[in-house]
Amino acid sequence: MTTLTSDVIERAIRDIPDPEIPVISIDDLGIVRGIAVEEGTVHVTITPTYSGCPAIQAITDQIVWTVGRHGLEAQVHTQLSPAWTTDWMSEEGRESLRRFGIAPPTGTRPVGPVTVPLSVRRVACPTCGSSDTEELSRFGSTACKALRRCRACREPFEEFKTI
Amino acid sequence: MTSDASPAVGGLARDAASGPTAYLLGLADDALVYAQRLGEWMTRAPQIEEDVALGNIGLDLLGQARALLTRVGELEGAGRDEDDLAYLRDEREFRNVHLVERPRGDFGQEMARMLWFSSYQHALYSALTDSADDVLAAVAAKALKEVDYHRDHASHWVIRLGDGTEVSHDRMQAGLEAVAPYVAELGDDDAASVAADKDGVGILPSSLVEATRRHVEAVVGQATLQLPEQPRWRSRGGREGIHSEAMGYLLAEMQHIHRSHPGATW
Repeated sequence: MTTLTSDVIERAIRDIPDPEIPVISIDDLGIVRGIAVEEGTVHVTITPTYSGCPAIQAITDQIVWTVGRHGLEAQVHTQLSPAWTTDWMSEEGRESLRRFGIAPPTGTRPVGPVTVPLSVRRVACPTCGSSDTEELSRFGSTACKALRRCRACREPFEEFKTI
Repeated sequence: MTSDASPAVGGLARDAASGPTAYLLGLADDALVYAQRLGEWMTRAPQIEEDVALGNIGLDLLGQARALLTRVGELEGAGRDEDDLAYLRDEREFRNVHLVERPRGDFGQEMARMLWFSSYQHALYSALTDSADDVLAAVAAKALKEVDYHRDHASHWVIRLGDGTEVSHDRMQAGLEAVAPYVAELGDDDAASVAADKDGVGILPSSLVEATRRHVEAVVGQATLQLPEQPRWRSRGGREGIHSEAMGYLLAEMQHIHRSHPGATW
């Protein structure tokens, strides 16, 4: 196989959208650990965001399908260590999230309730940009998101949790 | 989970009475059984955000259980996968503590249980990031980040309810009393954990008691609540497969579809 073809396949794999947040690719999400082509089989190593994230199965299926379109077989491996962190999310990925209405991870974990009862982190509203926002729930529609509300424009929004 | 069932029958309780697979099964079953209990809260929590939160916490635990059960299957080398271990073992082969199988009480009892369990898991996984078993170390490092959120969530509610109205205070205190008899078992050293500790794979549960209690005490204090006195009765034996009446009903609900339709896929 020529380098050109493997470059094309690699690009196609990296561009696969996250099934639950399709505005961000799995590459921008930072879960692709490596892609290697060996004798007609493409080995793709990914790191799950959360232990129980149901998207991993969908992503695996999508990788197998994408590689299959190029006439090759894919083997998807999951690698747990080192554990995925939101630090691995690309700048482009963060910007896509913001445009989509999800506040990107801030880089700081919420402070535990033992010292401060409610979150004091600054999370900017993805709609109006105000940092006058409050946490409604630390768990959202998917494992990776929390619920917040903007006090300035009153819009509720989701925040990608920092882990 | 995948559904290519290869019926592996019995023998586990005897073969794995000690050693790393027995130890790992204890960790996996705690997570699996508590995930099942938390799933029961969907549509029953006090508010919709709480349905979502408890469902997500259960999902994290289910993910941890899957990784741990898969590892057990690899180590025992008998060809059993996560599904065989979750769905085809019987009650006596489950090694979870009684705390997680205890029937769902009111929300105060659930937050009391979650506070104790997540504080215990936090101490446990912190220690296991150095496990001699690379897979367990990786699962622990991953799970620790998740459990950190679970513990925050429970702490938050215990403080809010304890330091809330007179009624919420009393019901949160009642929640702590209700789960108190099940707490000590988390710190019991059984044969499997002693062996796993010696091999560097695991950690003695008794060594986690202080760190667990320290966090719970801090939260309970801030919540203006009292830690209950040592109860007259306490649970024991879950790690040896001795369970309560509630366990059979839980397993029936969890396992019946898989067993009624062996090999079914979709």
